Amino acid sequence: MLEVNIEACTGCKACERVCPFGAIIVVPETKKAKVLDNCTLCGACVSACNFEALSIERKAISEEELAKFNKVFVWGEWEKKDGKIVIKNVALELLGKGRELANKLGESLAILLLGKEVEHLVPILIHHGADIVYLCEHELLEEYSTDGYATVISSVIAAEKPSVVLYGATPNGRDLAPRIAARLALGLTADCTGLDINENRQLLQTRPAFGGNIMASILSPYTRPQMSSVRPNVFPKPDPDENKTGEIVRIDVNLKPFSIRTKIIEEITSHDEGINIEEAQILVSVGRGIGNKENFKVVENLAKVLDGTVSGSRALVDMGWLPHPQQVGQSGKTVAPTLYIAFGISGAIQHLVGMTSSNTIIAVNNDVEAPIFKVADFGIVGNMHEIIPEFIKLLEEHKQKN
Amino acid sequence: MKIVILVKQVPEADKVAVDPETGTLIREGVDSILNPYCEYALDQAVKLKQELPELNIEITAITMGPPQAKAVLYRCLGLGADKGYLLSDRKFAGSDVWVTSTALKEGIVHIEPNFDLILAGKQAIDGDTAQVPAETAEQLGIPQITYGVDVKVNGKRVEVKRETETGYQILSTRMPALVTMSKGSNIRRIPSMQQVLDSRNKPIETLTATDMNIDENKIGLQASPTQVDKIFAPPAKTGGEIVDGSDPKIAAQKLLNYLVENNFIKG
Repeated sequence: MLEVNIEACTGCKACERVCPFGAIIVVPETKKAKVLDNCTLCGACVSACNFEALSIERKAISEEELAKFNKVFVWGEWEKKDGKIVIKNVALELLGKGRELANKLGESLAILLLGKEVEHLVPILIHHGADIVYLCEHELLEEYSTDGYATVISSVIAAEKPSVVLYGATPNGRDLAPRIAARLALGLTADCTGLDINENRQLLQTRPAFGGNIMASILSPYTRPQMSSVRPNVFPKPDPDENKTGEIVRIDVNLKPFSIRTKIIEEITSHDEGINIEEAQILVSVGRGIGNKENFKVVENLAKVLDGTVSGSRALVDMGWLPHPQQVGQSGKTVAPTLYIAFGISGAIQHLVGMTSSNTIIAVNNDVEAPIFKVADFGIVGNMHEIIPEFIKLLEEHKQKN
Repeated sequence: MKIVILVKQVPEADKVAVDPETGTLIREGVDSILNPYCEYALDQAVKLKQELPELNIEITAITMGPPQAKAVLYRCLGLGADKGYLLSDRKFAGSDVWVTSTALKEGIVHIEPNFDLILAGKQAIDGDTAQVPAETAEQLGIPQITYGVDVKVNGKRVEVKRETETGYQILSTRMPALVTMSKGSNIRRIPSMQQVLDSRNKPIETLTATDMNIDENKIGLQASPTQVDKIFAPPAKTGGEIVDGSDPKIAAQKLLNYLVENNFIKG
């Protein structure tokens, strides 16, 4: 409960101004702060109050209890590419960040590897930072399933007592992590953009809220492990060290067919099998400014001459002009190519959070006020429909000359 | 057949902004809406109800929030839900994902214990965590399918087309089950005047923690494993060089020059 110390309150309204939810007001008659029903106890007002008039009572847990948990865990998600099982980049990115956290805590870094026959992935995981690989192989883990994976991981967590568990915020990661959190009554912070260890050895989880307009840092003070998910391309992939050694711990998996309640009937790969915008080096991205579906051909042509891949904003996916796997942004994918060229994308915050990690951003838009220009390294205020054909022509001439 | 829709009231997220000078929130003119993905879930439920009249589908919308969240229940009723429940209590304040899913689970068990299908949005546009439905399913002990775009009911089973990173998969599970919805072919509709008028005759009930017999120690900030340490404005970005592109030829040349200078194209 958020308590107001009426005597200390000066009615300065600092709390009223910082509250993200409009949940605290200074009553004009009494000139004192009053907490409303929609208060979420986020604590924004407590830090803003200069008179220590606001306080939130929070629970504490003994250090002794917390110290029983150690090791940083990462879920080692893999995917099938051309029929082969390969580790997903996000798992390696998390090993990089996990290594940093484990070093700060003085704990070891472990990865959970589930599948049917996945032992061949062990060396790459160790080279990217894992000290321990928990290898959980079973017939019924051949394909991802909520029930199978949540059961196995929950049991390893309960037995091994890690202090931190990190998941890639992929569709399956976001399906799995909350299931485990609920089973173990743990906190889970989604889509973290920053992870660090604070002076109390707690995991400090930073994430955007309200579509990225606000950042929030979140703690799980009295439960262990502390669990977070991180989107692909948020943290850099570490350089592998081929001399690094590690340990394999084989876990006896006990699963029965009936414990997996969801069955896969069919897998449908959408028509653009080769397209993975998360791994593309050059993205030619289009938004509402494209006007109509016919203009897509020009954009595809441009992507071709630039050796790039076409992606787009949510508007285009909602209109059915672009398949969902090619959507950039909060409800699509997070990308970080070396070059991101945005045509006719105004830059709603939901889009920006999906692409601001790109190395170089170029924006072409006819509205000088478009927010995309705030994040662009180079911007052109103009008509994309006139500029693209001219550019293709110039680029082709340029290529012939060189 | 009983379908429960879990819905959330959200601010129109792209209108919430932080004043870069003071670091405080600019709230003026920010409306509250029914989360779009919840609307897709409701649209899917209404479609099932229309396509399968023999199942006598009854749609119950449940939301948790402050008293003003009732507005989204009215919208659900206008769009085709049959009844609405607001779980509202000051004791819920500070609830994180775990506690929210606890309250929703208790609410569902209290309101519609014999539900067949729970539909929810894949995520809310304010928090974007996509975690509450899955945690609710876990607490109810039922299977889940996330990122659905199309739902078919087939006897005791539900068949869902699910978005994956490379396309789609078709998954099937036995009901009762929970499915979260992405857009698919579902749309956000505007209720007709008649629907709005009719919705005023449909029941909405508000339930407190006590009404649902929820143990006070299981809710609110005290029970929440995650706590917000602080809230702050993201670092402001200023942007780079912006050039005039009113002459497309000159603009195209400048773009080419930039790409060559920065080694994206061989010079």
